[in-house]
Amino acid sequence: MKSFEYHRAISLADAVTMLKARTEGRALAGGMTLLPTMKLGLAAPSDVVDLGSIAELRGIKHIGDRLVLGAMSTHAEVAESAEISRTIPALAALAAGIGDPQVRNRGTLGGSVANNDPSADYPAAVLALDAFVQTDRRSITADQFFQGMFTTALEPGELIKAIEFRIPKRAGYAKFPNGASRYAMVGVMVADLGNEIRVAVTGAGPGVFRLPAFEAALKKNFASEAIDGLRVPEDGLNSDLHASAAYRAHLVGVMARRALDAASR
Amino acid sequence: MTIPINLKVNGKTVQLSVEPETLLVDALRDQLRLTGTHVGCDTSQCGACTVLLDANSVKSCTMLAVQAADRSVMTIEGLGSAAALHPMQAAFREHHALQCGFCTPGMIMSAVDLLSRNPSPTEAEVRAGLEGNICRCTGYHNIVKAVLDCAQKMQSVPARESAHG
Amino acid sequence: MDEVGTGGLIGQSVKRTEDIRFITGRGRYTDDIARPHTAYAAIVRANVAHARIKSIDTAAARAAAGVVAAFTGADMAADKIGGLPCGWAVKNRDGSPQAEPAHPALQADRVRYVGDQVAVVIAESQAQARAAAELVNVDYEELPVVVDTRAALAAGAPQLHAEAKGNLCFDWELGDAAAVERAFAQAAHRVTLDLRNNRLIPNAMEPRSCIGDFDSATGEHTLITASQNPHVIRLLLAAFVFGIPEHRFRVIAPDVGGGFGSKIYPYPEDVIVLWAARKLDRPVKWTAMRGESFLSDAQGRDHHTHVELALDKDAHFLALRVETVANLGAYLSTFAPAVPTYLYGTLLAGTYRTPAIYCNVKGVFTHTAPVDAYRGAGRPEATFVVERIVDQAARQLKLDPAELRRRNFIPPGAFPYQTPVALMYDTGNYHATLDSGLKLADYAGFAARRGAAAKRGKLRGIGISTYIEACGIAPSAVAGALGARAGLFEAATIRINPTGSVTVLTGSHSHGQGHETTFAQVVAQMLGIPMDSVEVVHGDTGKIPFGMGTYGSRSIAVGGAAIVGATRKIINKGQRIAAHLLEASPEDVEFKAGRYVVRGTDRGKAFGEVAFAAYVPHNFPHATEEPGLEETSFYDPKNFTYPSGCHICELDIDPDTGLVEVVRFSASDDFGRIINPMIVEGQVHGGLVQGIGQALHENCLYDESGQLLTGSFLDYAMPRAHDVPSFDVMTECTPCTHNALGVKGCGEAGAIGAPPAVINAILDALQPLGVTDVPMPATPYAVWRAIQAARGRAAA
Repeated sequence: MKSFEYHRAISLADAVTMLKARTEGRALAGGMTLLPTMKLGLAAPSDVVDLGSIAELRGIKHIGDRLVLGAMSTHAEVAESAEISRTIPALAALAAGIGDPQVRNRGTLGGSVANNDPSADYPAAVLALDAFVQTDRRSITADQFFQGMFTTALEPGELIKAIEFRIPKRAGYAKFPNGASRYAMVGVMVADLGNEIRVAVTGAGPGVFRLPAFEAALKKNFASEAIDGLRVPEDGLNSDLHASAAYRAHLVGVMARRALDAASR
Repeated sequence: MTIPINLKVNGKTVQLSVEPETLLVDALRDQLRLTGTHVGCDTSQCGACTVLLDANSVKSCTMLAVQAADRSVMTIEGLGSAAALHPMQAAFREHHALQCGFCTPGMIMSAVDLLSRNPSPTEAEVRAGLEGNICRCTGYHNIVKAVLDCAQKMQSVPARESAHG
Repeated sequence: MDEVGTGGLIGQSVKRTEDIRFITGRGRYTDDIARPHTAYAAIVRANVAHARIKSIDTAAARAAAGVVAAFTGADMAADKIGGLPCGWAVKNRDGSPQAEPAHPALQADRVRYVGDQVAVVIAESQAQARAAAELVNVDYEELPVVVDTRAALAAGAPQLHAEAKGNLCFDWELGDAAAVERAFAQAAHRVTLDLRNNRLIPNAMEPRSCIGDFDSATGEHTLITASQNPHVIRLLLAAFVFGIPEHRFRVIAPDVGGGFGSKIYPYPEDVIVLWAARKLDRPVKWTAMRGESFLSDAQGRDHHTHVELALDKDAHFLALRVETVANLGAYLSTFAPAVPTYLYGTLLAGTYRTPAIYCNVKGVFTHTAPVDAYRGAGRPEATFVVERIVDQAARQLKLDPAELRRRNFIPPGAFPYQTPVALMYDTGNYHATLDSGLKLADYAGFAARRGAAAKRGKLRGIGISTYIEACGIAPSAVAGALGARAGLFEAATIRINPTGSVTVLTGSHSHGQGHETTFAQVVAQMLGIPMDSVEVVHGDTGKIPFGMGTYGSRSIAVGGAAIVGATRKIINKGQRIAAHLLEASPEDVEFKAGRYVVRGTDRGKAFGEVAFAAYVPHNFPHATEEPGLEETSFYDPKNFTYPSGCHICELDIDPDTGLVEVVRFSASDDFGRIINPMIVEGQVHGGLVQGIGQALHENCLYDESGQLLTGSFLDYAMPRAHDVPSFDVMTECTPCTHNALGVKGCGEAGAIGAPPAVINAILDALQPLGVTDVPMPATPYAVWRAIQAARGRAAA
């Protein structure tokens, strides 16, 4: 790993200031992506700003029809939160299936969302639950936030403070993991938000995306039979040594049905 | 540029001087000579480097030593000794849950965390709970057996072993 | 056998002696060892698969912080360091020798696979060495690449070595081609298959590591290395690479974190650290990053095979014909030529009395990492061929696969049995393991379980494999005639200490097998003393007698027999000493339960008293005996041992995703006599998961330019705990007829038996959909494609 300067931020403002002054600086949340990337020499920041001691980035709050999760909430905290299991059980289940226990003990919601790995689980939840990404300076809708592989609406030095999820009437997540990495080969989150249905797909394409055709069909009938026979176009989907685009397209349908089954349980 | 840090390792406060890029596992192995924590990969997959950080299992190869400042780290050396084995260590021996021994320390630390979260897991829960640890020798059969048996034996002991204290 | 006894410790699941240090974090693996003033090596590896090296510029690396030195292949050649030798030479069909190109530890002119060693940078810390290695600038002239064996044999293919025309290392055959031809001409049924045995990366959890050290005052070289056989490493490096005498060279293999074959061989890094240590006069350590292990550990399998089976009208096997192309990688690893030939072709009779067998194997060089023995080594490949074609025949002839096997088994009364492919099976009872395996798997109740699975939308299948393996390659004279360049005996020294404790020095090496326990059980039982009075020492050429190490499931069958031999000598000498002490004639003294007693009396001496007399020889038979009580035995087996068994896999397939879930796996194995059932079961479990891993998950893939696509655990699927079930295992026992313990070996059985059982089960599950073949590994994607293709055919 290349050397760098280490800074421990104690407040969000502190972290933002530190990053502003250092153009080659990177924020360190759980480090589950950044550190392996640095170890392999694929990232070599001049400065690393550790967000681990910022109290305001933690905590789970239920505010009206929203659930606000601090960016530094670990996957384990989300998975084990009684509040989340009560309000959005699909989100707790999704978090419980990320990586492995050690990763869940360190990896964070904000880190995952900011990184926007095309096979990460959280982006599917953020998009399907029509969440707002609250940053140090603004609030961004999920639809605007994700902009393709490892790309988001975040400006340089902009940090996620919290994610504000809408509490759905019902929701479900199903994932088909890659046999080696255990990342999502395909993951689908379906959510009935009352006024709209959202279906978000991760793993299959270069970034998380919605399936309007599925959403339309489910608006009429929020059940797996409603999407039987709906084909997912394979154009633009990922094709690699683990799965072709055609297989991923097929799995999107299968996982969507399983997510629906989970939502109605 | 070295950074002085204080942390508690196996119950003892230690002062270390680390580079920013020093990984926790390297600080443990090279500076404290706690070589029971192993490095089996460089992509955070194998779990051989698992230690407990404030009683939560973490991969010490994917954490900077400075991130452990002012926190408490438990390695396999601190879990129990030959004279006073932790119940999980004893269960691993009892059920032949190790062969070459290389993945064993990380596997034991993960198993300890697993039972602290779920004191009476099913076989499927044990298997899922060990997802972050790869063993190439045992086929997992006896590891799962050991964890299940340890869970049963620890039921009769007050919750949260001293190891988490 | 009676001499060793079967009661007492032998046959007991004694808890392992070695466990305490491992479960408390006090194991001592190579990378845990810190010698004072150690420098650290980082290897510069080729990032292209085939290129001429135009120039290497190490100036920037040498100027980097902490760097002590940087060396290239030219430096190594100038020091006259030899290339890595090949330990086995096979002959071509026409009697000519195999092609044997040089394998330098550092390449000076040309690189032939991604990962090939080009230079070494040595620095004060590992981080500094690795950082500086990135500064070495190698100017390559890239050359065309071939990674697939069949493409490598094609006319006009890029050539790896001038010595190997057409990339052919050898074109080897075994068996009677004419007899097979005649049998096929009169066969009622013919069954054929084209099979690919997928390439695997061993991935022992401890990455390879080595420390070279040189004492300029004494001239002693020391190599600490994660090896399965330190004496073999010492012999090969001393004689062929460094040209130094063995007494100036000590090789230590301390705790080793798994091997599975991949740590048998001397590797370039062993040469590099020792050479560098001598040049720099300080210890030099290298430890692989996992990414380097993926690139440079010897890999396994990688066969393409066409197989044909001829049967008569009653479904008796008449003949088997096998054509295999085996990938050897870019250079010959130590035992590479033996694996797809004598460890493969000789096993093609399986458990069956097929009267005529012919096998042709072409060993091919490609621009990939060297391929050598990986758990099973040749025998899994042979078993996959045999057990797949037998199942294929059962399907084609609409016979129960268990019944077809039973009909063709070598019957229990036919032993010793000479196969048409060189081996003489000493003993076996294949009906016994099949019958108990079927019972264990509740084969009779399968139809009901299949029905229940179908109600849940799952396709259930069951698959059988009745494998045989050959363990403990032997005897040396025969192996030598077949091309082995080393002996295949094992050695043991039993040292009785003056107060009666025992040190066992063995040439076998334990890297997970539990020898410190099993061997102590044998010795303690024979000497009638407690196990904790016995210490087993292995892994240090400075301590142990010259022995061949551990591979091919040989430790108990060969190493154990040597221990028995040495212990017998101890008992016999003790008897003569005891006779003197007891003033009796040696013939009147017998050794029972740790005591020498005068037959028919209660007069006796405890073993410890006799030991003491041997070292404090005040009252001692000096006229006929030397003082001391220490004996060595070298054991060269008369034959291989032949474990066999029946593995049955039951699985569910999710037709929507292609995901295969092994729900039940039953193994009935015949390992002969068993010393420690707990350890044996553990060996079976581990082997099974490697076998299931090969069948369902693991696949080493290179792209056409020779880049490794599966270069980390993110892309190479290692089986995890929730990928496999708990197993049902049991054993039958037909003792080996030619070793003192009646043991056969158990280390590789699971990896041999499981792959065809799994694939046969998948084909059974998918048969209703019209699927006739699936590739290995049968990943969800592969299974889904097979289902889609069958549906496509059905719709057409």
